[in-house]
Amino acid sequence: MLLEVKDLRVEFPTRRGVLTALNGVSFSIAPGEVLGVVGESGAGKSMTGAAIIGLLEPPGRIAGGEIRLEGERIDNLPYEKMRRIRGKRIGAIFQDPLTTLNPLYTVGRQLVETMQAHLPLSDAEARQRAIGWLEQVGIPAAAQRIDAYPHQFSGGMRQRVVIALALCAEPQLIVADEPTTALDVSIQAQIIALLKRLAREQRTAIMLVTHDMGVIAETADRVAVMYAGRIIEIGPVRQVVRHAQHPYTAGLMASIPPLDRRVERLAQIDGAMPRLNAIPPGCPFSPRCPEVFERCRVARPELMPAGATDAACWLHDQPGAPA
Amino acid sequence: MIAAKELARHFDVSRPWLQRKLAGEPTRTLRAVDGVTFDIPKGTTLSLVGESGCGKSTVARLVVGLYRPTSGEVLFEGRDLSAARASPEQRRRMQMIFQDPYASLNPRWRVHDIVAEPIRAFGLVPNPAQQRERVAELLRQVGLSPLDGGKYPHEFSGGQRQRISIARALSSNPEFLVCDEPTSALDVSVQAQILNLMKQLQRDLGLTFLFISHNLAVVRQVSDRIGVMYLGRIVELAESESLFIRPRHPYTRALMEAIPDLEMTGRSRTPVGGEVPSPISPPSGCTFHPRCPLANDRCRAEAPALLDGVACHAVQEGRG
Repeated sequence: MLLEVKDLRVEFPTRRGVLTALNGVSFSIAPGEVLGVVGESGAGKSMTGAAIIGLLEPPGRIAGGEIRLEGERIDNLPYEKMRRIRGKRIGAIFQDPLTTLNPLYTVGRQLVETMQAHLPLSDAEARQRAIGWLEQVGIPAAAQRIDAYPHQFSGGMRQRVVIALALCAEPQLIVADEPTTALDVSIQAQIIALLKRLAREQRTAIMLVTHDMGVIAETADRVAVMYAGRIIEIGPVRQVVRHAQHPYTAGLMASIPPLDRRVERLAQIDGAMPRLNAIPPGCPFSPRCPEVFERCRVARPELMPAGATDAACWLHDQPGAPA
Repeated sequence: MIAAKELARHFDVSRPWLQRKLAGEPTRTLRAVDGVTFDIPKGTTLSLVGESGCGKSTVARLVVGLYRPTSGEVLFEGRDLSAARASPEQRRRMQMIFQDPYASLNPRWRVHDIVAEPIRAFGLVPNPAQQRERVAELLRQVGLSPLDGGKYPHEFSGGQRQRISIARALSSNPEFLVCDEPTSALDVSVQAQILNLMKQLQRDLGLTFLFISHNLAVVRQVSDRIGVMYLGRIVELAESESLFIRPRHPYTRALMEAIPDLEMTGRSRTPVGGEVPSPISPPSGCTFHPRCPLANDRCRAEAPALLDGVACHAVQEGRG
């Protein structure tokens, strides 16, 4: 396994007490694998990505568990050491390309600087490679565009520059947080195709965080569904999409408006995800769950085998099986 | 009920006068909406879809009178909109629901006052006790509790806030609602709640909707007819189901092809190349021609008119 996250816990101390934003999150990603992380806003999916790249917004802090990259712990490294890993071994792509790029530098300079920070390259070599990366991500006339400033690119092109920037030091893992959310569908399709090609050809592992199930269904190999700071189901994408084992996942899939037909009434999950300061005891989904029973309200289920996936749901706790 | 005829709205995006003169530049015009014609019969929903910058939100604002058209006109029950909007009685009949329920509700007002404002502004219910009763009824209608009237917007989630926006829009008993991306700021399970609510209200109150969205799957669930916009123009206008079963314009087809779908796990496909060009200097002829697989010399020279629901030379010549 390239990345292993075990029992990760992230806390935010506030004036009114400590909020637990992530609670017992465990998963792993293999080289060349795309792991999709989905969930509604506030479920903790971006927080998980931020914890891995070591960029949690203060006062947020990792309060428990561990994160390992190729077996080496990276969650407790000092800032400078983590900075060397970030960029070199873990690349990050964020939602908004404008905040990632420095508006005062040409994209070429940003690429060259990033590469030279991590790889022993001469100026000419670095520039040559930068052009190569821009071509890789599908920017036409890369040799001329390399001297342009970010504002001279359109939104879709800028996001490609951001991707090139994340790739140029050839990281083993890319954490992509909503990389296509700010883009139009036709551009989104191009970016998705690019990410998939990278995973396939360069064996880059990708953690793809998004709220768009369509993007996940098309891109990911496995998918983790998050709810109220926990992974409530994880498994192969086809199984999770078509044969969801957790009632929340099933409800989430059913509430997506279908493109191929018109339905009179969409399935909806009543209510809303609990706030961090009011997470119910037991299963956090129990107040909204159509299949809730007594045990759900008192005991918190851990991930357990359920069909072809793992789901944190007492419905799958067979008598006699180890809990 | 409402009709747009050759509606156009241009924005002057030139640099300031002095700078322009010093640099010897001409004025620059952004043609946000460039000749859009449609009508919406009473009790039905017309949706406008398209990518960002196609002018769909500008149309929404023109239709409720937030912008004045540069040319063309909007007719509300056959009368020109600016004339119709002169009287409060006409104004109350059309309302708008905005995309971002965090920005569209005044954070310092209680929900009761937010919902009651149109009632007060139009003087619909003079008696405060009856006003309370009416607000409570509206809150119930959108699935909130009458007790929520005493709270502030920050106490609600995004979906609940959008319900408050809908209650406010309904409070003046409108017949025509313009919804500009009402669910795109919401999570998918909440989006389903709001879409179901809007369909329910349309059935119960006989509302007419102009629905603006970039999400084709959402649009399919709510529309009777759909207009696909590209760079300020409608390129295809059709009955909802026939548009999805048989898209005709190459852009509509490309758009549908580009949407990631749950059924497509692991499938690879060829995305449309290129991007939407700038509306400040749109391509000549048919504005889609640089990205269109069917483009020929005529497409590069001559803009196609919307004939029989589709604006495309290739389709009209039988090449599509």
